[in-house]
Amino acid sequence: MKKLSIRNIDQGEIMKLYKILKNTFLVIVACLALSACATSKKSTGQMQGDVYTGTDTVEYLASGVPDRVFFATNESVLTTASRETLRKQAAWLRKNSNITIVLEGHADERGTREYNLALGERRANAAKDYLMTYGISSDRISVLSYGKERPVDSGSNPLAWSKNRRSVTVKAN
Amino acid sequence: MFRIFLFLLALQVNALALIEVDITRGNLNPLPIAVSPLSIDDTSRKNFEKILKKKNIGLEISSVVEKNLKTSGLFNPLNKEAFLQAPDIANLKPRFEDWSLIKAQALITGKVSYVDEKLRVEFRLWDVLAGKEMMALAFTTVPNNWRRVGHIITDKVYERLTGEKGYFDTRIIYVAEEGPKTRRIKKLAIMDQDGANNKFLTLGNELVLTPRFNPTSQMVTYLSYFRNLPRVYLLDIETGLQEVVGDFPGMTFAPRFSPDGKKIIMSFARDGNSDIYTMDLENRIVEKITDHPSIDTSPSYSPDGNYICFNSDRSGYQQIYIMKKDGTNVKRISFGKGLYGTPVWSPRGDLIAFTKLHKGKFYIGVMRTDGSGERLLTENFYQEAPSWSPNGRVLIFYRETKTDDKGEGFSAKLWSIDLTGYNERLVDTPTDASDPSWSSLLSN
Repeated sequence: MKKLSIRNIDQGEIMKLYKILKNTFLVIVACLALSACATSKKSTGQMQGDVYTGTDTVEYLASGVPDRVFFATNESVLTTASRETLRKQAAWLRKNSNITIVLEGHADERGTREYNLALGERRANAAKDYLMTYGISSDRISVLSYGKERPVDSGSNPLAWSKNRRSVTVKAN
Repeated sequence: MFRIFLFLLALQVNALALIEVDITRGNLNPLPIAVSPLSIDDTSRKNFEKILKKKNIGLEISSVVEKNLKTSGLFNPLNKEAFLQAPDIANLKPRFEDWSLIKAQALITGKVSYVDEKLRVEFRLWDVLAGKEMMALAFTTVPNNWRRVGHIITDKVYERLTGEKGYFDTRIIYVAEEGPKTRRIKKLAIMDQDGANNKFLTLGNELVLTPRFNPTSQMVTYLSYFRNLPRVYLLDIETGLQEVVGDFPGMTFAPRFSPDGKKIIMSFARDGNSDIYTMDLENRIVEKITDHPSIDTSPSYSPDGNYICFNSDRSGYQQIYIMKKDGTNVKRISFGKGLYGTPVWSPRGDLIAFTKLHKGKFYIGVMRTDGSGERLLTENFYQEAPSWSPNGRVLIFYRETKTDDKGEGFSAKLWSIDLTGYNERLVDTPTDASDPSWSSLLSN
């Protein structure tokens, strides 16, 4: 079960490349959206595209270290803001080397239960991969997907759903 | 204890002139049927009143039959107050003119008696217009099984009149839900198909999801967050014994049994990738069925066990695929607009039921196994997870309502709908409910 076939690794690499490309694309779109927002009256200031950018539900692991990152619908790509948050978490984890964490991945209520469990796992792993590239050992990170089972906002509207599409870093010890 | 003895008294095979019910179309003219209360002698009535605390068990059993027939949407049970003939006499020889006068086309009569501490029931189905007996059967069982007797009678009547097996002597396992949406408490629960005998199987200490019946026994597989480790479990409903399925270093989910009940098929998620695996319950051998860096989940076997349908986002979005049981010949079958999830193969083999998301609405639908002939049965704000009745004629699923701006008004309920798209019904549960799974016929 631990062995991966060559074919599989190749596909994995392709997927990663695809994700990076998509990431770049998303940043560009986000920039465009941002410039558009400057003149648009519709913006609530809490969402960019459909990614939550507000702070209502955010808690802090330490001063200046937000505990969660948010995702677009059906996506597990980290936004620029998410990567900044995760770099802060990585810095904090490097300073506190005895701390272990659980990354809890979540989805909104607008998807089938089983697919959302997989999606939550994928989101939490996106955060895990990023923390690892900033030097946090995988031994210190476990991943737990809740799918759509634990929303923070019980609303049935796009803003509530954006708050619920998240990966939350929780201290495990 | 659940054994029921079944004797065939007589079965007339004179199909030509007799009534039939066509279940292949939406039935807008349900068959008028009279369910005469089962007659009961005084001694038997008193004995059963003592044991079962029911004043007239004959009437109770016929009420079970009546409710089943009505719920099926194919029959219209007539009001008992209009009946002209007394139950005991009707069972001996109905006066057909009396029954056709109240527009009954079919008539069920019968008799209950107390024999050697057991419940003995005989019943007859009559064709009123032809003036003929269509079927006569008798059962003997423990008194506590009286509701099941009602369900078995319904199954026999349904089968005789439609030509297909019934689905009334069955149970539904589901997830009972309580509490606010952000801290929902979920328990496994089981009930008879008509909502009676509801029983909770877990206490709600840990999150449980997606229970599914073994088609060949009273075993259930489900997902539990016991100790915050989401894993697939096996539960024996009779003994209450539970065990974790396999030894996976991560989340296992979306379990279902193979049609022979010998394997569990499920997803295993690791490093952001979910693939489909099987585990043989006898020798514990684990096999990896799909190997792809996308999400592969919600697997469901074809009834012959040779194919698997599943949900994957390898095209970029959730779609339905089928493959051979060994994971080869993967083929996408859903090509309509929108996202597709939760494919479930019909027990008849010809259709796959699914959930579809399109333009912010959720649909329950069916398509042929090659993806053609897509038909959407019902549209709503949120609904998913169809499960087939054992005869492949009815789907049960769950539906959630929208919360208002104050975050209130949320509910989750079970609903059923005929394959024809008609006869949509709320399935009553004591609490909110989701993730229903329909058992096979218990008396088979």
